[in-house]
Amino acid sequence: MTQTVSRPTGAQPAPLPLDVEAIRADFPILTRTVRDGKRLVYLDSGATSQKPRQVLDAERWFYENVNAAPHRGAHQLAEEATGAYEAARATIGAFIGAPEREIVFTRNSTEAINLVAYALSNAATAKEEQFRRYAVGQGDEIVVTEMEHHANLVPWQQLCERTGATLRWLGLTDDGRLDLSDLTTVVNERTKLVAVTQQSNILGTINPLGGIVARAREVGALVLVDGAQSVPHQPVDVAALGADFLVFSGHKMLGPTGIGVLWGRYEVLDALPPFLTGGSMIEVVRMEGSTFMPPPQRFEAGVPMTAQAIGLGAAVEYLQGLGMDRVLAHEEALTGYALAALAEIPGVTVVGPPDTVARGGAISFTVEGIHPHDVGQVLDDLGIAVRVGHHCAWPVVRRYGVPATTRATFYVHTGYDDIDALADGIRAAQKFFGTV
Amino acid sequence: MQLQSMYQEIILDHYRNPHGRGLREPFEAEVHHVNPTCGDEVTLRVHLDGDTLADVSYEGMGCSISQASVSAMYELVIGKSVPEALATGEHFMTLMQSKGDAAVAEELEDELEDAVAFAGVSKYPARIKCALMSWMALKDASARALSVTHPATPSGGQA
Repeated sequence: MTQTVSRPTGAQPAPLPLDVEAIRADFPILTRTVRDGKRLVYLDSGATSQKPRQVLDAERWFYENVNAAPHRGAHQLAEEATGAYEAARATIGAFIGAPEREIVFTRNSTEAINLVAYALSNAATAKEEQFRRYAVGQGDEIVVTEMEHHANLVPWQQLCERTGATLRWLGLTDDGRLDLSDLTTVVNERTKLVAVTQQSNILGTINPLGGIVARAREVGALVLVDGAQSVPHQPVDVAALGADFLVFSGHKMLGPTGIGVLWGRYEVLDALPPFLTGGSMIEVVRMEGSTFMPPPQRFEAGVPMTAQAIGLGAAVEYLQGLGMDRVLAHEEALTGYALAALAEIPGVTVVGPPDTVARGGAISFTVEGIHPHDVGQVLDDLGIAVRVGHHCAWPVVRRYGVPATTRATFYVHTGYDDIDALADGIRAAQKFFGTV
Repeated sequence: MQLQSMYQEIILDHYRNPHGRGLREPFEAEVHHVNPTCGDEVTLRVHLDGDTLADVSYEGMGCSISQASVSAMYELVIGKSVPEALATGEHFMTLMQSKGDAAVAEELEDELEDAVAFAGVSKYPARIKCALMSWMALKDASARALSVTHPATPSGGQA
């Protein structure tokens, strides 16, 4: 049996919206080789993205020229560090259409979600009346979906265990979409918060959030949107979103590790008690007790991740330079090309929506007769970096009856050549394990 | 291609035709081990005759390395005493930590038989856990089985 086709049949694919060669030149890591001289084909941006030189330069600039603890000290460096840190907050806020005071810096999306979950349980025991408004307790319900990353599931399970609230969830359809048929019963007058991802990290599905937000509004529930896989890949505007919270991670959007964002509607943030406490977030401290700063400082205890925030600001400027509409169109083109390429390989099954409708560039798949780990190992041997396993979304792989999947994710430096390499690599795995 | 160094023919044989697979009675202990980073799972039972491993039966799902490892382990430990089997497990651990050092593999060839073929896995840190999972399960199940068949006599120091 011969399999020489490495491109989807039909016309040559349309030119990609982004200039892949020019973009690759900005990413130093893409010039290295792996596994005995192979070109690095990086298809794991969904786990963490690579960083362009502009981001690395911004961090180096900060440490070499400005380094000081922001919001402390009266010296020139402290002033400049504070200015650079707050300028990054403004840049990142503008990227999602939010004012600076609604941008809270966290370590990552996971910490941002935990911040909200702990604030909601801390609210129940807060001595300050103003912090009790959103308290979660017995009889209340928290709603998630079966599609969530563990980061948007486990903190809510834990919140329910701490408070006696009940966790409910929306299920999935066979083609990888949210099953909204029971939305009005799952989200009801007992619901205090709905936590939902905008784009699945494993299925690639882009969720229709409008109906969920509208239902949550009807019953007076808060809405938290996990934007870890959407904010890096599509234009997101918090006003259009209509939610109360949006979280995302810097390292998945060309920024450094150790910096993430919690966006919160100001009046909601202002009514929440702190999660982590200590320096920076206080107003007055006496031995008998303390009062706290307004948001966002209330939620930023300790010397912050200053260089990382500045690096994320540079990443946002880089993405704005490309244009998020074009980033989205680029990934849509790649996704269509990849789905067609995988459909041509016998034994390959995509887990998730089979077309590009409301679907982002995360493609999970199985290869008949070969465990995903073994697929990933053959790909790695060819220089192709993918993710294998349950992708921190164990309930999803369980829902679709597979132990694990292989996942390819795309970003601004991904080109058709990377996807051709992936398709050829899958065929090589089939040949190696003798399944074709 | 470096792949052949990991996927030795012996490993692929064990993967395609696992030895001793299936859960059997009787047994004194059953454990379930998972590899949380990738979802590999094994359920493993131990049946002792005195302190001899009379049977080790198992069901599992996972990659070729994890499934071949449990099959090769089965062949190695049946009929051994628990201390002997655990010592073999220590040898296997040494092999996994050898980072592909051929001298280590050569030294352990007699003790590890087919399992010495896993030497290539030691060059891939992400896969070592796959190979070790069944040995961890055996250690756990053997300790539990011994505590059933040889209950510790209460000593003066215990409450």
